[in-house]
Amino acid sequence: MAPIKISQVKKTYQGNVTAIHGLDLDIEDGEMVVLVGPSGCGKSTLLRMIAGLETITDGTISIGGEVVNRKEPAERDVAMVFQNYALYPHMSVRQNLEYGLKNRGTPREEIDRRVNEAARVLEIAPFLERKPRQLSGGQRQRVAMGRAIVRQPKAFLFDEPLSNLDAKLRGQMRIEIRRLQRSLKTTSVYVTHDQLEAMTLADRLVVMNAGRIEQVGKPIELYDRPASLFVAGFIGSPPMNLFKLEALSRVTGQDLSTTLPENTDIVGIRPDRIEAGRGAGLHMFGVVELIEPVGGESHLYVRAEGLDQAVIIVVEGPSTLSEGEVLDFVLPLSALHPFNTATGRRTD
Amino acid sequence: MVENRPFLAFLTHLVLIAGVAVIVFPVYIAVVAATHDATAMSSGMMPLWPGAHLWDNLMLTLTHQTPGLPPFWVMAWNSLWMAVIITAGKIAISILSAFAIVYFKFPFRNLAFWLIFITLMLPVEVRIIPTYSVVANLGMLNSYLGLTVPLIASATATFLFRQFFMTIPDELMEAARVDGAGPMKFFRDILLPLSRTNIAALCVILFIFGWMQYLWPMLVTTDRNYYTLMMGVKRMAAVADADPQWNLIMASVVLAMLPPILIVIFMQRLFVKGLVETEK
Repeated sequence: MAPIKISQVKKTYQGNVTAIHGLDLDIEDGEMVVLVGPSGCGKSTLLRMIAGLETITDGTISIGGEVVNRKEPAERDVAMVFQNYALYPHMSVRQNLEYGLKNRGTPREEIDRRVNEAARVLEIAPFLERKPRQLSGGQRQRVAMGRAIVRQPKAFLFDEPLSNLDAKLRGQMRIEIRRLQRSLKTTSVYVTHDQLEAMTLADRLVVMNAGRIEQVGKPIELYDRPASLFVAGFIGSPPMNLFKLEALSRVTGQDLSTTLPENTDIVGIRPDRIEAGRGAGLHMFGVVELIEPVGGESHLYVRAEGLDQAVIIVVEGPSTLSEGEVLDFVLPLSALHPFNTATGRRTD
Repeated sequence: MVENRPFLAFLTHLVLIAGVAVIVFPVYIAVVAATHDATAMSSGMMPLWPGAHLWDNLMLTLTHQTPGLPPFWVMAWNSLWMAVIITAGKIAISILSAFAIVYFKFPFRNLAFWLIFITLMLPVEVRIIPTYSVVANLGMLNSYLGLTVPLIASATATFLFRQFFMTIPDELMEAARVDGAGPMKFFRDILLPLSRTNIAALCVILFIFGWMQYLWPMLVTTDRNYYTLMMGVKRMAAVADADPQWNLIMASVVLAMLPPILIVIFMQRLFVKGLVETEK
């Protein structure tokens, strides 16, 4: 267990393609940090640099207070869980778990103790003598986790470990990873492009875009107060509605430039903060184009005249409306997020 | 394509059977010839049905020494050695070079690969004079080294292993690195076991390749103790001032065919597995 400190880290590939632009991040001891962002944002590259699988062009990464830039992955004492599990296909599950320990010269009794313990925790004891190909996706995932746990490393690195699983299993494993990490209190870095996974797993969430950090914070902070347009659009499902201020003013007939901070030219609102009916705030109306009932709530796509995209509204329970009906709704002023397009940042 | 056309089925089977017959008939004649005594063979009519002297002919071949040739078992031993050394050498060298080409980044890596690859166009038959000269200058004539070393470098096997290694996900190598395995440990613990079926398939092909060599051993060996079976059989047929003893020659041929057949029979399952599936 150890804190990880990333300072001014850059990654430039051959041909001057910069994947990461001078990035700083402090990960505390025992913390679970999730790196999230669209593909190509550099999150995997960053993880692989921490693991030692990718060289660091500039800057330093230290694990447990020790700069590891020039160390081999094995010397960094980190364990990694890969997206495709990367289990050794010709070895039994037990041999897979033991391999890293054997290479480190761990005594036999200690290996057995740790493997049995990990097998018990992950409930893979019945498969210990099987080959990976005889296991299901979920079981393979557990073995991959087991291989990381038995090492008792300074840090766990997860590279989209759940994206090869089906949705149900993914939910299950997510909870297990969370529980496991909490009980082991091992510093963890988790890379994903799935924002639900990111929100639910993270102690702290790092949203990355184009090789830079957009925002770092507790998941709920990022949700409640996104620092940039990118974060606003990325975190939350269905995504935040973003309106041009000028279009919104025209449609609602209210001059918003005085009530909102200076330089605001784009306004966002979460779909679940829009209220149906007439109340205090910006009043609008539109034709319901599409209703997506998702169980506990319904997503309405409402076409309001004068806006170039549909307004997404989340209402509780099954909707009593039908497609084609006209709906009145209100955007409460307190729920608006003001942004500036040019800087991409929040203006308040 | 699922079709039910009896005539087409008949025709395809006919073509297949004809093809098999073309290949099998000479082998059959060899076996038949090995079962007759010398008088039957010298009558001028080739018998088409097996005779009763197979055992005598085989025994005679194994014990009787043709003038000018070493005993049968010496030639068999030479052939076996040659085939085994070539097989082992080719596999060892090509798997290591494929490992280097796929898993290490070094300058001119691609050039190295293509240099190996274009040697496909230069088999021994093409470069026979320079190769002979090199072997002669190194003093390797009449030795097992001379018989085998020039045939060991193999672009085909290197290419095969390269293609196979490239299908192994990089994450496996990365997982091994994180698990504390250095390059050679990764090679030994992960790559080698995964290549098992490929190696087996290559063993079959290469053993037969080595066993069948005729031209090269004939060039580099003048000492009869280094003669191989293929050369011996040819020489038995080319005796001066006498009729070749076809029954004995064919008995040698039958014996010489046995090792490749045994190899194919026993490694067939692994061989097919190695060619069609990869264990991932």
